[in-house]
Amino acid sequence: MSQVLDAPHAAGPAVPDHGDLPALAARHGLTVSGARPTLTGYVRQLWARRHFITAFSTAKLTAQYSQAKLGQLWQVLTPVLNAAVYFFIFGVLMGTSHGVPDFVPFLVTGVFVWTFTQSSLMTGTRAIASNVGLVRALHFPRASLPISYCLQQLQQLLFSMAALAVILLVFGVPVAWSWLLVVPALILQFVFNAGLAMVLARLGAHTPDLAQLMPFVLRTWMYASGVMFSLTQVAQRTDLPGWVFNVLQWNPAAVYIDLMRFALIDSFTASQLPDHVWLIAGGWALLAGLGGFVFFWKAEETYGRG
Amino acid sequence: MAEQRMDLADATGERIPTVVVDHVDIVYKVNGAGGGRGAATAALSRIVRRKEKVERAAGVRRVHAVKNVTFVAHRGEAIGLIGTNGSGKSTLLKAVAGLLPVERGQIFTDGQPSLLGVNAALMKDLTGERNVHLGGLAMGMSREQIRERYRSIVDFSGINEKGDFITLPMRTYSSGMSARLRFSIAAAKDHDVLLIDEALATGDKKFQKRSEARIRELRKHAGTVFLVSHNNKSIRDTCDRVLWLERGELRMDGPTEDVMREYEKFTGK
Repeated sequence: MSQVLDAPHAAGPAVPDHGDLPALAARHGLTVSGARPTLTGYVRQLWARRHFITAFSTAKLTAQYSQAKLGQLWQVLTPVLNAAVYFFIFGVLMGTSHGVPDFVPFLVTGVFVWTFTQSSLMTGTRAIASNVGLVRALHFPRASLPISYCLQQLQQLLFSMAALAVILLVFGVPVAWSWLLVVPALILQFVFNAGLAMVLARLGAHTPDLAQLMPFVLRTWMYASGVMFSLTQVAQRTDLPGWVFNVLQWNPAAVYIDLMRFALIDSFTASQLPDHVWLIAGGWALLAGLGGFVFFWKAEETYGRG
Repeated sequence: MAEQRMDLADATGERIPTVVVDHVDIVYKVNGAGGGRGAATAALSRIVRRKEKVERAAGVRRVHAVKNVTFVAHRGEAIGLIGTNGSGKSTLLKAVAGLLPVERGQIFTDGQPSLLGVNAALMKDLTGERNVHLGGLAMGMSREQIRERYRSIVDFSGINEKGDFITLPMRTYSSGMSARLRFSIAAAKDHDVLLIDEALATGDKKFQKRSEARIRELRKHAGTVFLVSHNNKSIRDTCDRVLWLERGELRMDGPTEDVMREYEKFTGK
């Protein structure tokens, strides 16, 4: 730079004068750039991008293992190895299985269903923060990102479910009509996950530190939800106050896990489920889904800024 | 590649504005500019202290990047944004795209301007082919539109000139190749307002020629194009109007040749 910079505007009116600009904008139907759409408009935008949401989740899923030698085989191997580790620790070393019939199917179902929620929330927390480039470059309803990540986890879970079906058959659990209940249970859990993921995505976008905290929160939640042991058995063995047991049993993770066990394992009977379990499952999904969506939308124009 | 040409003026003969920037100030908050951040104790004290004190303690600095800028862009114009490094060109462009908040003033736009940055995010582990689909969907194109234009996007990028690269993961591409593919994807959509940040500087001579031609084509289809570049030649070749920003202020706004002459005098070329 060869010249003094603080010289005033060089040649008099180098910048032309303008009239009433907001009026001009209004006359031609221009809108304020980057303003938040209405809630219904937002839903419409999101629907218009549905193909992007599915393409993004499939792309993420494929990209995940594209560098590995075994490639997409890891989609199935990862959950199976996970289940094996938990079986070794809780089934063999600690002997949590005491009194739980069909312990391996019980455990594996719990681990897979929990992993679905856990990964959805983990990736949801980073959904905006790890895609700032995309958010800053393109305009699309930002809720596409957390929803897309949850959809990726759902796809991942479907691979796990295939492995689970094999495990169930190997351990002699009979095929039953109740297996069909898996579908509504998964839909409700997906809505719940997506809603909570949107809440976390908004919080994580503005406070990235949340991603460091989440593993601890999630681990606590996991142990409180009877993923690796039967809540009912624990309640019988210890003097757990009734209300604590109810809270544990009604917490959304436990509800979705037990619903899946009830659907798949014949020795897991309705007596182990809380009363009105479908109502509770639906209520959690509705609360998290709607609440999370509105909460996320409220900050739509702020994502990726600053 | 696009639909029919739209009118440049309305019934009364007034030129149709596409972007109205009305006395806009943009202020950046920069985290961790001072001491403090990084040291655990400083981070702790930041949490404990009150908010107004926090900004100073954390070394949050306010950078006044754009000052009182006003202009109106019309349909069919290609506008160059020039200025020395750090003069606020890219910041202004981001605000027009609705990606940065304005401190004062307002920005009105016709539809949603799209920022065609060299950093548009694609997934490097996926093949070029899948990235074309993904990028197109992300921009809001329908699946049919992408199918229709797929051939022309790939041909335009020239990725397949040296073998079948489009079916390889993007991580195997050279930086020039991926930049070319990104530009091709972004330019495949008909934007009402297209914002380009230095995109023309990438790729070889042949590709630069092609991108300039594509930008002219986009303009013909009634969009407005903004181009930020340090390449005076590509500004001259593609733009008919130039905004010169210096230290966040609009120093000159006029026909390309007039502004470029002053600018070159200023930079000493």
